[in-house]
Parts: sequence; structure tokens; C-alpha cells
Amino acid sequence: MYYEAIVIGVSSGGMKALKFLSSSLPIHFSIPIIIVQHLSSKSDSHWIHLLNEKSQLNVKEVDEKEKITKGYIYIAPPNYHLMIEKDQTFSLTIDERVNFARPSIDVLFESAAEVFKNKLIGIVLTGSNSDGTNGIIRIKKYGGLAIIQDPTTAESEYMPKSAIAAIIPDHVLSLEKIIELLLKIDHKNK
Amino acid sequence: MRNKETSDLEISLLLEAIFQKYGYDFREYSQAHIRRRIMNRMAVSQFEDIAEIQSKVLNDATFASEILQDLSITVTEMFRDPLFYRSLRENVIPILKTYPFIKIWHAGCATGEEAYSMAILLQEEGLYERTTIYATDFNQMALNRAKDGIFSNKMIKEYTSNYQLAGGKESFSNYYTSNYDNVIMNQSLKKNIVWANHNLVTDSVFAEVNLILCRNVLIYFDKNLQNKVQTLFYNSLINGGILCLGSKESLRFSDLYAHYIELDTKQRIFKKKY
Repeated sequence: MYYEAIVIGVSSGGMKALKFLSSSLPIHFSIPIIIVQHLSSKSDSHWIHLLNEKSQLNVKEVDEKEKITKGYIYIAPPNYHLMIEKDQTFSLTIDERVNFARPSIDVLFESAAEVFKNKLIGIVLTGSNSDGTNGIIRIKKYGGLAIIQDPTTAESEYMPKSAIAAIIPDHVLSLEKIIELLLKIDHKNK
Repeated sequence: MRNKETSDLEISLLLEAIFQKYGYDFREYSQAHIRRRIMNRMAVSQFEDIAEIQSKVLNDATFASEILQDLSITVTEMFRDPLFYRSLRENVIPILKTYPFIKIWHAGCATGEEAYSMAILLQEEGLYERTTIYATDFNQMALNRAKDGIFSNKMIKEYTSNYQLAGGKESFSNYYTSNYDNVIMNQSLKKNIVWANHNLVTDSVFAEVNLILCRNVLIYFDKNLQNKVQTLFYNSLINGGILCLGSKESLRFSDLYAHYIELDTKQRIFKKKY
């Protein structure tokens, strides 16, 4: 199976999880990663600079119409929904909040599922609401791979638990094991 | 699950039908966005497929106007992105002060919150009396609400905080009166705002203006349409005129980038070269 993209949804507890994730992936990791993290609508880009400094990959905030490229970890800007177009470029919108969130994980996951179909990996990490659940359902419907953070290892168990209750996940793992799995998948991907 | 390619085709036929019958052109909008709105409508109204929406749109004008509302974005707020308004005050007001009369075009004003914000800012800077703000949108329902200037008081706390962050000089409550669950914007703010129906996609140059404000509209368009609208803006601005875009919108990929100077890169404020 050749995977074209990884989408990740993360909410409360996400700072630690994303720091770990972005600093653990090696420079040759070849699947683009797209992240929705719930942040205050007024937060600035300082956080992304910090992640970028600690990562061997390029961590950046999404620019609208930007083409998805390997070697990058993209993060949705605060106060915008992030969607993916058929030509694998990004769109931003200011539509109403979904699950009280903008960006919403569901909005990203659903549009990514429609574009990448079974060549998509969806990952739900720590968080204290149910955003991401509808999205991971859609990813599974299109034949994508669903990885959920083991709730017992998550800072906030609600979001991963909600996802696990809605689908049969392919993997339920700690962050460390998720990294191991992604490295294995990436190795086979080449 | 219905075949994605088939539904893509049905969506493009639906957009074609809306354009042919009613003249509203969504054919060069972001597809992911349109798709999401149509799918929401299907779920809400329990349609079997998109073709069914198309047939109803063609035969039922009331339903067609509901679909127009679905496809039109009216999410906005007073002093949205306060630091942008602060930059307007610091970097743009001094330029506007040099003109005897000022014309501002607020394109895609939706329900008008940002037009009122602009009026407040100009009033505080002593410029409002010699300014006309043309606030336009293709969505007549939104325009009517804008004209009324009545907003829910649920948002006032956030708007007040935005206003202060934007460098507001008064108490925000000076600009409205409360009425039950709503606030009514002061008549003095409405005085020089001209609300007009204008469609950026299908209509031509609106007026020659000193400043264009168009924020979070272009993100909904594809690259081709973005370029067309940028040309429209360029042709509507006087030399030295100011273009203000949304905080995630860029001119950098536009053919016209070289014809502007960046006044504030982060807040996306540009000045047309002489």
C-alpha cells in the first residue's frame, strides 16, 4: 500500500504530543503530514517556529493554495478551517465552527478522505472533545488507515475514546509505538 | 458510499444550472468548500442525490435562494483581527489624511460588522465626515441585515475586546444602544455607508477608490478567479491606493504582485505603485 498523506487531529494535551512527534521523525520521512490542532483563535506562529526548530522536517503553517509536498509537516492556522482540494492543494475557510472548533479536525479529515481515499492515514491523538470522530469514520469508509492514540497513554482520553467507540481502528497505540509504525510504513512506501 | 467522481460531476452540473438560470457564478470557487456546503444541505434536507437538488433549484426560486445562502459565507465579526485595524490606524490613516475626499470600497461585506468597524475607526481619526464607504455583497439578505445594523449582544464582549486591541480610543459602548438581546449601531455610523449589491465574480469595476478592503473572500476562489478579482481591484484603485486582504490571503502568487508595495506584510496591507 502506498500512502500519500497523514492527517492528525489533536486538542488538549497536544503541545507535548506534537513536540514529541515532530522531533521524532527523521529527515528522510517521505509522507506529508497535515495537522489540525485546537488553539486559541488569537495564538500566533511562535509555537510553529518552536516545533520547526526541534524537527528535522519542515514544520510550517499552511498557506492557502499551497501544494502538499513531502518533507513537510503542515499545521492549520488558528481561526480557519483547513480543507484539501482534488489537485492536492490547501484551501482555508472561515465557515462556522464545527464541534465548537475552527479549525475542526472533522473538516480536514473529511476533505482529505475524499481526495486521498485509501491512500490516507488518519491519526486521532489526545483531546477532550469529540472532534475527529466523524472524520475518522469517513477515512475508514474510503479504506484509509485509522490509528488512535491509546487513551490510557493520552493526556486527555476523551477524543481517542470517542474515535475508538465509532470505528474499528487499525491500531491503538502509544505515541512511541505510533512513531515506530509510521517509520515502518514509510520504509515500505518507497 | 456514492462514487466520488459521479458526485463531482453532479456538483459541477448543479453550479452550471445555478449560473444559467440565476446568474450567480460559483464555478470557480474552491471545490472542497462547495462540496462541503452541498453535502451539508443534502444531509439537512434529506436529498437522495445532488441531481435532486439541481432539479429543485431549477423549479423552485425560494429553494434556490436557500442554496445561495448555503454557498455564501456570512461569518464575520467587528474588528476581526484587531492587529490589522491597529495597523490601519498607524500605517494607512496618515495616507488617507492627505486626501480631501476619501472613497472606500468594502467588497464582500456580508452582514456589515467590518464596515461598521471601519466607520468607527474613521470617526475616531476625524476622517469619517469626508469619507464614503461603499459596502458591497452579492448576498442581498446579508446586505439587508448590514443596513439594519442590529447585532446580537452575545458577541459584544468579544467585539469590545477586539476594539480595544485594535487601539480604540473610546468606550465601545458609545457606538451602540442595547435593546433586549440586540445592539443597534449608532445612526451617525451609517450616515456615509452606501450598501450596494455587487458580485465580484460577474460584475465589473465598481468605482475608483482610495482603499479597498476585501478580507477572507478570495480564499473561497480558485487561483484563476483570484487573479481576475485582483485585476478588478487593481483597476478600481487610484495610484497610491491601498489594498487590504485577509490575514491568510496573499498577493504573492498574483501577476499583479510587482505593481504593489507591501505596507504591512503580516497584516496584508498593500499600496498600489504610482
